[in-house]
Amino acid sequence: MNLPLSTAGSLALSVRDLHKRFGPIEVLKGISLDAREGEVVSILGSSGSGKSTFLRCINMLETPDSGSVTVGNETIRMLPARNGKSKPADIAQVDRVRSKLGMVFQSFNLWTHKTVLENIIEAPVHVQKRPRKECIEEAEVLLAKVGIADKRKQYPSHLSGGQQQRAAIARALAMRPDVMLFDEPTSALDPELVGEVLRVMRSLAEEGRTMLIVTHEMGFARDVSSRVIFLHKGLVEEDGSPKDVFENSRSDRFRQFIKG
Amino acid sequence: MDWEFTQETFLSLVSALPLTLALAGTAIALGAILALALALARTSGIVVLDWFARAYVFIFRGTPLLVQIFLIYYGLSQFPAVRHSIFWPVLRDAYWCAVMALSLNTAAYASEIIRGGLLSVPHGQMEAARACGMPRLMVFRRIVLPLAIRQALPGYGNEMISMIKATSLASIITIMEVTGVAARLISETYRAIEVFVVAGVIYLAINFLLTRLVQLVEFKLSPHLRQPENAAQAVIAGDTR
Repeated sequence: MNLPLSTAGSLALSVRDLHKRFGPIEVLKGISLDAREGEVVSILGSSGSGKSTFLRCINMLETPDSGSVTVGNETIRMLPARNGKSKPADIAQVDRVRSKLGMVFQSFNLWTHKTVLENIIEAPVHVQKRPRKECIEEAEVLLAKVGIADKRKQYPSHLSGGQQQRAAIARALAMRPDVMLFDEPTSALDPELVGEVLRVMRSLAEEGRTMLIVTHEMGFARDVSSRVIFLHKGLVEEDGSPKDVFENSRSDRFRQFIKG
Repeated sequence: MDWEFTQETFLSLVSALPLTLALAGTAIALGAILALALALARTSGIVVLDWFARAYVFIFRGTPLLVQIFLIYYGLSQFPAVRHSIFWPVLRDAYWCAVMALSLNTAAYASEIIRGGLLSVPHGQMEAARACGMPRLMVFRRIVLPLAIRQALPGYGNEMISMIKATSLASIITIMEVTGVAARLISETYRAIEVFVVAGVIYLAINFLLTRLVQLVEFKLSPHLRQPENAAQAVIAGDTR
């Protein structure tokens, strides 16, 4: 079973020629990425390389100036806006696509006025309109999986950062997403709490989930991902298997980057 | 102080209490709806709505409530168009004129309180909701509004207390609420001290209960801001280890 995962599944996510500019600064200068089902793609890059913006453009938390995003077989339709950039043509479509993308944020963003369990069932019950009882049962399974079953009645402010991030991962999983997006999931955590979150993410990768991970955890990117992408100045500088990229990189920038 | 007279006064004034409560309650409820609309207009980013709300708040916060009551009660009836409109049955009634003035006035203050609450909601809370595919209205209803209300409640409590007291101004336009009845009793008996002390005590009692009610609601709405129950009990029992 030495087949690389990257040729295993069909296309889960396809991004074409994404451009994004903030005022005078062009953050993304045309980025394309295909992710197959079950692929775990780590996105590396120094601060300001555009990696978080890229991830946020995929679920339209940032509106790309041009380019296209396809999740499964659904391409988000874009219209030209008045300022010469583009905007989503159909907000309901964006909402539908977002519910297929589970997002995990750097600062967790759990809803502070809801308990852990309420956080997890919120979107399945109210967005996906699934029966509440079923959602609660599924939430309990997810909580056990991320190792915080005993915290389900607590509020996020009563949890440690690592527990909050694991709850946030459970919340994203509760939507039964096709692709998981992680935006620097361990960057806001104390060093001793990073491990517990990475362990959960590793188990998701081993289940064969499709994941896009913006991260600074080199060890994790090297060991867990099936593919590594290095962004530099808004462009893809490296793209390949962890072995290729980490051991035989042709990019001076990348070799400098991993040396620190 | 004449104890027997004080008791009689108390009974007369208490009989006017339902009217005071009705005025305050209606004005606070209608004002809250208008205030929310104004706060949304102010935060909408739509220039026309924003400026309408700004002008509204400027005018109603910047002029005395008494002047507003006079303008609505005596002023509107000067216009034949108003007298012949379908609103006349309402606008000719002193009670509804008072409710209208109080509502319009409290809405100006309350809209700023609500706006403060809306602005206090961290961006990440909304972003997480949008990332789940929640439509905008649902994000507002389920995430933004509950968090904003928790922030706005202490300030809103103040405003409600102000409204209870402001109902006394309605007595100027013939409404026999607590202060109206008090003024009549004084003109009949010339015993200002007893009558106004009793009236003051009645307002104090209403506001005492209102303050308690707001505190209770605040407590119910903010379990996430307290220590978890078992930890708090451990501290009380002196068992912190």
